[in-house]
Amino acid sequence: MRRTTRDSIIPILKLGEFLLVSIQIDLHDRMAEQLQQDILERISQTQARGVLIDISALEMVDSFIGRILADTARMAATLDAEIVIVGMHPAVAITLVELGFPLGDVKTALNLDEGYTLLEELLKEREMGARIQQEEESTEESNDSDSD
Amino acid sequence: MIVIPIKEEVDIVRVRTVVRSMARDIGFGLVDQTRISTAVSELARNAFLYAGEGEAHIEELTNPHKGIRITFIDHGPGIEDIELAMKDGWSSSGNMGKGLPGSKRLSDYMEISSKPAQGTTVIIEKWLSV
Repeated sequence: MRRTTRDSIIPILKLGEFLLVSIQIDLHDRMAEQLQQDILERISQTQARGVLIDISALEMVDSFIGRILADTARMAATLDAEIVIVGMHPAVAITLVELGFPLGDVKTALNLDEGYTLLEELLKEREMGARIQQEEESTEESNDSDSD
Repeated sequence: MIVIPIKEEVDIVRVRTVVRSMARDIGFGLVDQTRISTAVSELARNAFLYAGEGEAHIEELTNPHKGIRITFIDHGPGIEDIELAMKDGWSSSGNMGKGLPGSKRLSDYMEISSKPAQGTTVIIEKWLSV
């Protein structure tokens, strides 16, 4: 579990082909932005395929932190990594929806175990999708060559 | 009453931490503690973003409602059109406009007064249900 010197206070741990981030302190806005940047850099360095972000210690998620989490998930997707947010308190979930900021398409799981399983499933689905697409493409190619 | 100056980003965290612990002491449950600390986080950030700085006054309410009141005072540019600022999805700073309408939904009472070029005062209250 190597860490670079530029790492913020929040450690980003490598766990097989995944990264594990556990937010244990109340983040001010710049720390949240720094964490977003650190996660994306670590994804690119380690070529991690998934990230589990544990927010079970967060007593509240406001629109800023909510947006950072949602944006990070979208940005990670462009780096070909899936993000799953785990451990959100029910009170936080209720408040986020009332605030008008449901996390939308961000993937969530109740706890780390379930988050890990979800990540594995998502990656399996993606691999299958890619394989089917490859097969279709190669059939198309052979069809093309047949017609020539 | 506790007065917390809002001058840097970390002060937003201070405001929500103090409010949460006071709300807990007053007797609010977990969900209400979360609602009120989230609402003040939005409002403290608004003061910081729009006015550069401000103050949060946190006090316990006893009459007629038992609860908590937080008053945000800033001397920033003010809100030109409060009605518009209260609409979901509207924001002049592009931060998704959840601040005011969202905070209102999370509290039991909200009052905004604002004068262009003089500043904005936002009061929110959360009441303990009996």
